[in-house]
Amino acid sequence: MVTQIVRDADRTGTGRTGINLTGARSVSGDVLEVTGLGVEYVTDGDPVRACAEVTFTLRRGEILGVAGESGSGKSTLITALTRLQRPPAVTTAGSIVFHPRDGGPAVDLVAASPKELRALRWTSLSIVLQSAMDALNPVMRLGAQFADALRTHDRSLSRDAAWARAAELLATVGISGDRVRSYPHELSGGMRQRASIALALACRPELVVMDEPTTAVDVVMQRQILAQVLRLRRELGFAVVFVTHDLSLLLELADRIAIMYAGRVVELGTADEIYDDPRHPYTRGLRDSFPPLRAPLRRLTGIPGTPPDLRRPPSGCPFHPRCALRFEGCDTHLPELVDAGGHAVACRLYDAADGGMADVGLPARTADGTEGRAERRIEDGIERRAEHRTEGGAR
Amino acid sequence: MTTTPAPSAPGTPAPDAPVLEAVDVTKHFTVRSAVGTRSVVRAVEGATLSLPRGRVVALVGESGSGKTTLARLLAGFYAPTSGEIRLEGVPVRQRRGRVERGHHRDVQLVFQDPFGSLNPLHRVRHNIERPLRLHHGVRGKAELDRRVRELLERVALTPVEQFVDKFPHELSGGQRQRVVIARALAVEPKVLLGDEPISMLDVSIRLEMLNLLDRLRTEDGLALLYITHDIASARYLCDDIVVMYAGEMVEGGPKEHVIADPQHPYTRLLVESSPDPGRGARDREALFDADADSLGEPPSLIDPPAGCRFHPRCPFAMDVCRTQAPERINLGDGRWARCWLHQEGRAGELARPGAGVEPVAPGALAEPAAAPTATRTTQETQ
Repeated sequence: MVTQIVRDADRTGTGRTGINLTGARSVSGDVLEVTGLGVEYVTDGDPVRACAEVTFTLRRGEILGVAGESGSGKSTLITALTRLQRPPAVTTAGSIVFHPRDGGPAVDLVAASPKELRALRWTSLSIVLQSAMDALNPVMRLGAQFADALRTHDRSLSRDAAWARAAELLATVGISGDRVRSYPHELSGGMRQRASIALALACRPELVVMDEPTTAVDVVMQRQILAQVLRLRRELGFAVVFVTHDLSLLLELADRIAIMYAGRVVELGTADEIYDDPRHPYTRGLRDSFPPLRAPLRRLTGIPGTPPDLRRPPSGCPFHPRCALRFEGCDTHLPELVDAGGHAVACRLYDAADGGMADVGLPARTADGTEGRAERRIEDGIERRAEHRTEGGAR
Repeated sequence: MTTTPAPSAPGTPAPDAPVLEAVDVTKHFTVRSAVGTRSVVRAVEGATLSLPRGRVVALVGESGSGKTTLARLLAGFYAPTSGEIRLEGVPVRQRRGRVERGHHRDVQLVFQDPFGSLNPLHRVRHNIERPLRLHHGVRGKAELDRRVRELLERVALTPVEQFVDKFPHELSGGQRQRVVIARALAVEPKVLLGDEPISMLDVSIRLEMLNLLDRLRTEDGLALLYITHDIASARYLCDDIVVMYAGEMVEGGPKEHVIADPQHPYTRLLVESSPDPGRGARDREALFDADADSLGEPPSLIDPPAGCRFHPRCPFAMDVCRTQAPERINLGDGRWARCWLHQEGRAGELARPGAGVEPVAPGALAEPAAAPTATRTTQETQ
């Protein structure tokens, strides 16, 4: 079935043939390559750039966390990745290249036709939405919704077999099989969300995009749902793009984390790097916005100011109005995301062209006198903020 | 082992009496289904809580645990089915389901949703002037203006000129929540009840709001009830924590003790399930292990389980738990819990070996960011 789809995709394809029969897995471990993605909302006035130059790769079986505040473009990114966006949102730049598991040719989702997308959905690419009540059809029994998805993508499946499969799928997320005859409103919020995860996994996709799947449920249910997602990922090997505003959750769950601010990825690194060694001042501020549960308490300040209005984005680095470490030029120069050994950051503190520390992390650089411009600035900033705090109290 | 049915001030040295207290308060709602059958939702059962001056008490629990109902009982929006709300020791009288206006002058409630709790048709000025006129009879433009300025300055909405003539939709969520708090303060209350006041705000501005509440507590000596499902923010702001489950209070005490060494299986589950940035990916396997796959769900409050309401999910459940509700046991240091483990002498089993729960010295405030910076340096020079 999947090969059939891929062949279809290839016929209409983009010329990016180079089919490797040994399988994509050996060629690259990547399932998704996003390059220079830009999404704009077309309005009467100037278009609003909700996502700009978003570039990342998703490895097979990986959980990539995307963290950001409201208005950071994370939901726009999700709808662009899954091609579920509706006007006035328009993808204006970049590509989203999907590499199928069986080594078929890569598909650019941005250029794909609705028919190609329909073939990829559920079997290769699926989504879990924040509110399960919106994702499930309220007037269809659960089993019917599963059977609908299953039988559309496997015509040989009988009705009874599809319902039986639905019961199995529900059991994998801890819902007893006899619930297939229930309507969504008969389930609790946590059960509905688990059912929608089971539905997203029904056709064994390679990539599941999750848009704040646990925001509407309580912490105990959240842990339960995430435990199930991790177990199913071990069993089925899908990759996850997990979008949330809760960085503390991602630090525990994700393999790598992308931090978004004002529509741009400002930092991308492993969960440990983001926690132990956040480079972007925004990442640092965001990390320090979550009070610890066990570590000794200290007074935290959050990040002063408010997130920018994307209709009138600040010039230069979008974070500069709130940044304690800004220096000359931050209000005019837009830093690019620069990769330094897998840990990428978009901040002029680390930018060689601006006299910063492009090769931050190299001992040679730190040994000669130029050591730690970034370091010093960050420490300065902390002191400055600490003073600020003692003067002004809670601001 | 002592049992006290209704102790007055749990977890406080209590130099003076609590400002507001709930004594054995129960609230049942009658609901009617489409076919006309009546059923009773037991939203809050036997809740006892006291709010002393200058202290922050956190009420923690999952949605549906009765936190908001209790806040509304304390604020006088509902009349308790049984039990008593006392304001400075005097029982609050209800007349036809409503309290007298005087109660609202002393007790104010801040709602979760700053988008829904301000009148969108009126400017910030009007929203704040209204309580001044209603509760304090302030007349005269100059006097009103002075008071409004003062209030906006107290919640750090400065420069005041920028905000006072704006409509709520022109403000960000954090600014709106400040206006809501300023409006509550206009009444000059003795008690502020915050019903998840930060959960709808952006992460980076939540802390400013918590710091503001903390300042109101220290500077004005307000008694504060902070309702939340986020146990980490409760730890940041509060002095004491009370945990609710399915309409009942299950544990209470000084925050560091409750979080580091829970004395009720539900508290333990809640603390273990809460994300902790300090825990990191290293402990992922332990956090999301097979046990976490089936943790169960809170019961229906229409037909709650007999005995202890937590027993169907409790790993320690005994026969007695299924039939008899446990009593409130004082554990010293202002701590108490309602669990049969304490009455049966099995409390030691609550400490989970190797769970990484180390008691932390209460109130220890380390220097900001000292440790992370150090880590950072070592990593960069690698």
